[in-house]
Amino acid sequence: MSSLTVSDEQVRATPGKVIQPVWVRVMHWTNAVAMVLMILSGWQIYNASPLFGFSFPREYTLGGWLGGGLLWHFAAMWLLMVNGLAYLITGFATGRFAKKLLPITPAGVIHDVRAALTFKLSHDDLSVYNSVQRVLYAGIIVVGVLIVLSGLSMWKPVQLHWLVTLFGDYPTARYVHFFCMAAICAFLVIHVLLALLVPKSLRAMIIGR
Amino acid sequence: MTKRSFLIPGVDKRLLIKDSIKTMPDVTRRRFIAGGASLGALTLLTGCDVVDSSSADALLAKISKFNDAVQSFIFNPDALAPTFPESAITKPFPFNAYYDLDDAPEVDGEAWKLEVRGLVDNKKSWTLPELYKLPQFTQITRHICVEGWSAIGSWTGTPLRDFLKLIGADTRAKYVWFQCADKDGYNSPLDMRTALHPQTQMTFKYANDILPRAYGFPMKIRVPTKLGFKNPKYVMSMEVTNDYKGGYWEDQGYNSFSGS
Repeated sequence: MSSLTVSDEQVRATPGKVIQPVWVRVMHWTNAVAMVLMILSGWQIYNASPLFGFSFPREYTLGGWLGGGLLWHFAAMWLLMVNGLAYLITGFATGRFAKKLLPITPAGVIHDVRAALTFKLSHDDLSVYNSVQRVLYAGIIVVGVLIVLSGLSMWKPVQLHWLVTLFGDYPTARYVHFFCMAAICAFLVIHVLLALLVPKSLRAMIIGR
Repeated sequence: MTKRSFLIPGVDKRLLIKDSIKTMPDVTRRRFIAGGASLGALTLLTGCDVVDSSSADALLAKISKFNDAVQSFIFNPDALAPTFPESAITKPFPFNAYYDLDDAPEVDGEAWKLEVRGLVDNKKSWTLPELYKLPQFTQITRHICVEGWSAIGSWTGTPLRDFLKLIGADTRAKYVWFQCADKDGYNSPLDMRTALHPQTQMTFKYANDILPRAYGFPMKIRVPTKLGFKNPKYVMSMEVTNDYKGGYWEDQGYNSFSGS
C-alpha cells in the first residue's frame, strides 16, 4: 500500500468540522455585498421624497442623484433576489433551515435572552445556534422575503397589483419596505458587533471552520 | 469581443491608479476613493482593467437596458391599473416638474395644434376643438412618481389607441415619441404596446375641468402603467417611429421603460 493513500479513518480525523458549508459562505458574502448596495442606493431614493422628517446623509448614499441611485438599486436587486432565492431553496432542500433554526420555543428564547444579557450565553459549539440566534436568523429571513415582496410591488404596482393588495395599497408597501430596511440595518449592527465579539464565528463564515 | 487593455506592460496597476487619483480635483478624489473602497464596487467590477466610475456607469446602463427588456416581457397589455372612487382623489393634486409653477409653459389654446408626424397615413394637425369632439372617458388612477410619492387623480380624454387608429398609425412601429412645450424641451418615447394600452389616454380634462396650466394644458398623455415622468404634459407633437429618440429624463439615466 502506497504511503500516499489516505484511509477513511484519517479523513474523518481531519481536525475541525465544517460549520459553514461553502454554499452558505458564498451566498452569505454575496448577500452582504448586495444588501449594502441596496441599502445605500435605497437611501438615495428615499431622499428624493422622504417618508419622515429626515434624510440620509449624502455621504452614505450611492449613485450621486436619484437617477444614479435607481440604477444601482435595480441592478443590485438582481444579485439580491437571485442569491436570496438560491439560498432559500438550498436552505429548505438540504434541511439546513430545519436543522439549524428549529425548534424555536418561547421558553428557550426567554432563557437565552436572559443569558445573553448577563453575558452567560456560551458559544462553545458554533454549529448549534442558541434560541436568540435562531429567532434572529429566522426573523431576518422573513424580513428579507418581505422587503423583496414590498419592493416588487412598488416596482410593478400594476402588473403585480395582487401583490400590492397583499400590503394594502402602494403607499403602505412603501412604508413596509422602509421598516424592513430599518430592521435589516438594526440586525446588521448587532450581527457585525457579535461577529467581532466572537471572532471564531467570523472565521467560520470565511474559511468554513 | 476582445477587451482593450489600457495598461502598459511593466507598469504597476495600483501605482498607476494612485498617481491618477492625485491628479483629480479634491472632491472628486475623495468621492472616488470613498466609492471604491466602501461600496464593494471593486467586486462588481472584477474583470475591468482600470477601475473608474465610467466603467461602473457603463455596466449600470447595460443592466438598465436589460431591465427594459425584462419589463417589456412582464408587461401585460390587458392588465389594468387599479381605479379608485372619487372620494380617493388626492386634494390638492401636486404640481410636479423640474421647474416652478411660474415657469410652466403657457400654451395659447387657440393657436395650438397637435402636430402628427412619422409612420401615419394622415399627418394633418389637430386643433383643440377638433380633439374635444373625439369620444372621451374618465379614469381615476394612481399617479406614481419616480421619486416614490404617489397621488390619485381624475383624468378625462380620448384613448390614445383610438386616436392612433383614426390617423392610420402603423401600430407595428416601436414608439410614439412625444415632444412638449416645457422649457429646455421635454420629450419622451412611449413603447407602442403601452401606447395601445386601453388606459393610455390623450388627456384634456383634470377633475372634469379643462386641463389647467399646472397639469399640462392643452394636452397631457396620461399613462397609468408608467411612472409619472413618462406622462408628458404640454404636448406639442407626436411622432410614430421605429427609432429610439431618447427623452428628457431617459437621457439623464432614468430607466427608459419605467413601467408600473
